[in-house]
Amino acid sequence: MSAAGIASSSCPALARGVKMRFDEARSQWMLNAPERVLVLDEIAQIILSRCDGVISVEDLCRELALEFAAPQEIIQADVMEMLADMLHRGFIRL
Amino acid sequence: MRPPDPPFALLAELTHRCPLACPYCSNPLTLARAASELETDEWRRVLDEAAKLGVLQVHFSGGEPLIRKDLELLIAHAGQCGLYTNLITSGMALSPARATALAQAGLDHAQLSLQDTDALNADLFSGSKNTLAQKTAAAAMLRAADLPLTLNAVMHRGNLAHLEAMIETALAFGAGRLEVAHVQYYGWALRNRAALMPTRAQIDLATQIVTAARARLSGRLVIDYVVPDYYATRPKACMGGWAQRFLNVDPAGNVLPCHAAQSIPDMHFDTVREKSLGEIWRNSAAFNRFRGAGWMPEPCQSCERREVDWGGCRCQALALTGDAGATDPACALSPHHAEMLATAQNEAAAPAPDFIYRRY
Repeated sequence: MSAAGIASSSCPALARGVKMRFDEARSQWMLNAPERVLVLDEIAQIILSRCDGVISVEDLCRELALEFAAPQEIIQADVMEMLADMLHRGFIRL
Repeated sequence: MRPPDPPFALLAELTHRCPLACPYCSNPLTLARAASELETDEWRRVLDEAAKLGVLQVHFSGGEPLIRKDLELLIAHAGQCGLYTNLITSGMALSPARATALAQAGLDHAQLSLQDTDALNADLFSGSKNTLAQKTAAAAMLRAADLPLTLNAVMHRGNLAHLEAMIETALAFGAGRLEVAHVQYYGWALRNRAALMPTRAQIDLATQIVTAARARLSGRLVIDYVVPDYYATRPKACMGGWAQRFLNVDPAGNVLPCHAAQSIPDMHFDTVREKSLGEIWRNSAAFNRFRGAGWMPEPCQSCERREVDWGGCRCQALALTGDAGATDPACALSPHHAEMLATAQNEAAAPAPDFIYRRY
């Protein structure tokens, strides 16, 4: 399975210069990137906080499938679509 | 009235001093003198107040911020406040030791300007000497210090033919991001508009090149594209809306809703020497004057896009209509739109006059 540059064996991490933090003023998780800020929803925050450059997309989705009691195939399709978008926008690297 | 949402970004203009003299400089025509610059402790307080107010990113800019010897102290302080730190630099005064010191201070990202990929043009467009070689060296120093890098390419009639080479240079410099920014005509650029204005054909070709490069380089290079107003049909949401996302502290401590706001007459700007940043953000007359949609004239007031583009740019409305409260003429619904377009076409078709350089 793959989606625009992401494979299930890919091991994504936040791109250089990208940092995640909880913003107290807005009570939201944020990605700070070069001259850009991205508000993260709960799902995106959970996924990105596990992208450490070591774990593969497939293993990450297996974890999520167990924790959220959902079919891995469905989770993986959603995760890969989201990661492909984040890769294209420069928030993550492989 | 409920208090405004917190701003996301602070542009900290540490100094107007600069080794370059670019004819499209975004600094005001009247530059702040060195003696009026905020002291280190005053900037530290501004950074504290910015973080408290909800600012997430601080952009250290100028002039050339490297001229300030306390830059590393301020970067470190901003980092301790939880702010994401960005350095906007010409790279002209950078040394390997300074690049290392910036990284050790915790700098998150650097943005390096490039005037052209042709050495003679790079000197012509910066009013300086040996700029391309120095910038190439500066990029290597920043990368050696492991700092993430954006290349900032300001584009105009004189260098648009080198856009492909700019993209290649961004890759060669190891940049993760490239800003392709068509000149915005305020301040010095407005004064030099006829020398800078491209043709519609140049703009269209640039847009094609950027679109193709984005697809080709997806995952390798992020390309941000600042489109030119004069050939647009809808205005840009300048600063994401006046006094909504952004504030600017100039070298002398004046707090501005955008870096060109001082071109608007009859506007009083508060200073961090007298008030806190939070108080100014909430209560300053300058910030409240064009905040939201209540101030808008027609055709903005009844427009479905009024909270998309926020009426466009106030400084541009002033420059082209004489009224800072008018609809930005970049909008096709403005009665001044046709005149703006004709100005661009006429200036782009005529031979380029000599530059009037920004001198400190």
